[in-house]
Amino acid sequence: MKRPGIAALLLFALWTAPMPALAHKASDSYLTLTRAGSDSSAISGRWDIALRDVDNAITLDTNGDGDISWGEVRAKHRAIADYALSRLAIESNGASCSITSGEQLIDQHSDGAYTVLRFSGNCPRPGATLTVDYRLLFDIDPQHRGLLQYVEAGAASSVIFGVDSHRQSIGGAAAGPFEQFRQYVRDGIWHIWLGFDHILFLLSLLLPAVLLRRGHAWLPATSFGAVAIDVAKIVTAFTIAHSITLTLATLGVVSPNGRWIESGIALSVALAALNNVFPLVKNGRWVAAFGFGLIHGFGFASALKDLGLPTGSLVLSLFGFNVGVEIGQLAIVALFLPIAFALRETWAYRRALLAGGSIAIATIAGVWLVERAFNVALPGLAFAG
Amino acid sequence: MSRHLQTFGRFAIASLASLLLAIAPAFAEPYIPGADSDVLERLPEKNDPALRDLKRLRTAASKHPADLALATRLARRSIEAARDSGDPRFLGQAQAALAPWWQLSDPPAPALLLRATIKQSSHDFDGAVADLDRLIANHPSDGQALLTRATVLTVQGKYRAARADCSRIAALAAPLVVAACDAAPASLSGAAGDAYRSLLTALSNAADNDAVLREWALTLAAEIADRRGDGAAAETHFRDALALDPRDPYLIAAYCDFLLDRGRAREVLPLVANQTRNDNLLLRLALAERQLPDAASAFAQHRRELADRFDAARRRGDALHKREEARYRLTIENDAAGALRLARENWQVQREPADLRILSEAAGAAGDAEMQREVAAWTAATGLQYAALRIPAAHRP
Repeated sequence: MKRPGIAALLLFALWTAPMPALAHKASDSYLTLTRAGSDSSAISGRWDIALRDVDNAITLDTNGDGDISWGEVRAKHRAIADYALSRLAIESNGASCSITSGEQLIDQHSDGAYTVLRFSGNCPRPGATLTVDYRLLFDIDPQHRGLLQYVEAGAASSVIFGVDSHRQSIGGAAAGPFEQFRQYVRDGIWHIWLGFDHILFLLSLLLPAVLLRRGHAWLPATSFGAVAIDVAKIVTAFTIAHSITLTLATLGVVSPNGRWIESGIALSVALAALNNVFPLVKNGRWVAAFGFGLIHGFGFASALKDLGLPTGSLVLSLFGFNVGVEIGQLAIVALFLPIAFALRETWAYRRALLAGGSIAIATIAGVWLVERAFNVALPGLAFAG
Repeated sequence: MSRHLQTFGRFAIASLASLLLAIAPAFAEPYIPGADSDVLERLPEKNDPALRDLKRLRTAASKHPADLALATRLARRSIEAARDSGDPRFLGQAQAALAPWWQLSDPPAPALLLRATIKQSSHDFDGAVADLDRLIANHPSDGQALLTRATVLTVQGKYRAARADCSRIAALAAPLVVAACDAAPASLSGAAGDAYRSLLTALSNAADNDAVLREWALTLAAEIADRRGDGAAAETHFRDALALDPRDPYLIAAYCDFLLDRGRAREVLPLVANQTRNDNLLLRLALAERQLPDAASAFAQHRRELADRFDAARRRGDALHKREEARYRLTIENDAAGALRLARENWQVQREPADLRILSEAAGAAGDAEMQREVAAWTAATGLQYAALRIPAAHRP
């Protein structure tokens, strides 16, 4: 049905034209953001914006002849980048990502020529999700849409920005199970490396592994094979123990008091270190590793809970986190063992490292114990834990 | 010899053309143009002084965003540009001009009327009617508001209410406006003959000096005549209307459909050849080329372009083109099920004869007897007279 148009203009003081749906393609921009993975701080971006839209915003047709030439676009590259990028904000973990404009090209879309703006982003605190705030052109055309394609580790998802939905999150839930698993493995590794208490506990148990206790003296172990078996027993016992409690706590079977657990971990580090100076447990350190490992597992569980658990794939993320913890732990062992074995006959190892190092570890652990048990901060040692 | 050369030349050109078409997608990579003088985009105001004025007006208005008079002038001109060109960017610009009044529950009357018009164009018919109800409650003799509401109600299939609005403008507008306002809903609700005759009488009595009004009334007359099965009269009205405005995209699309229904595909080509940016006209072009054996390569290209356009509309979440997309799916892609789904969704929103026709055809192709019965029931209940709508006897109530 043809709808009345200008008809009324001449008949009524005010004119308005009801009309059929408009048949041209509307104003859309095409934004592509690519990340290697959810742990990657680098983002690469490509933004296709119709030259007509850019012209409406910042006037490209500077000579006013109704044509937009490459020369006119090129002269405004700086202005185009400034205009567009000032209307795009990307955040990760509450920190905004810096965006740097790159090369500008031209592409032909079905409805005309688009400027192609390449840019790179850098997120200081990369996380699983990115929050994108898109405000291009809404002030001059509220019917404009921004069509975002987000590519992470080869998997694509899409989001539409409109005037009423200009701020949206991408990534995270959209990631596939494999990507999620990978993410938790990574978090597990970081937790072991950044949580000094676990490293110090392991080191305390491993330091004497290249030595043999004979009476009141330490002697260098003779065979690397025997040392490796001893280390394997300790690491395996620790792994089995913390896996048990990590699983129980994550599944909600037991939920011990966090302060007691943290204090217990500190105590375990202190005792393991003191045992090197005043040996009580001699060749059965794997038993200590198992017993204290149970406490460390509860610690891992609270770290995992802090990361936020996806309800749909709890078991997968739990498994991934545990795998990450083991990888981190084995990396420490792989680094420590050859060096310790090579140095085991030196005075420096037996005196400075074993005795001195253990006393130092015990001191730090003692401070943690006081801090955690009594919930106070002792100056100068706030870094740990 | 020369004949062979000619044949070879034609073959070479044809091969080259199809090769270029085949590898075209491979060039769909961003590039750096060769020279500063390369023209990348031709702006719509290039050959249109009115659009150049509009651009200047927009610049002026942007400095005084709270000036209602300036804003409504800009919005009105932008809506006009949107209707003339079919380009929704102008509609968005009209909305932007009204930004200070867009969210208000009770904006000034001029802003409210324009807001209703923009909502109607975005297929927010209920929102448009709500704005118009408020406007008419406060200004019962606002003829433009009544005319606009009658139009929206007609699109929604509410013919009785639409005709009531048209009768209220009898004292407010020229007889041709009143006749055209009423002819639309009347012709769809069992009074096509009377509506047509009243419209022709009003046309012959009206002065010739208002070309735009005449063009609207003539297009309406052509459509009513076509639905009544009087092809000769419809053709005359279409041609008279085109003589008044050969560029009106709505009129061109309607005339193309008239020609396509009669197997006159070749006549469609010159009407739409240079207007392929308009999806509706591109669809008519592809429908014509499909019927012409020598247009096979152009058809393949336009078919691909249409697929891209509908895909682009879907990606932005648009629901504005379901009627056209249903027709494309049914006629060009032979996808009866997909066409029926779109036609049904479209019918929930708008109920013009063309919406009913694609619904009926898709239901027939998909073998959906229940939907065909619903179409027949609607036709019987409204008294719609529509020659091109073929309802199998089995489904008539």
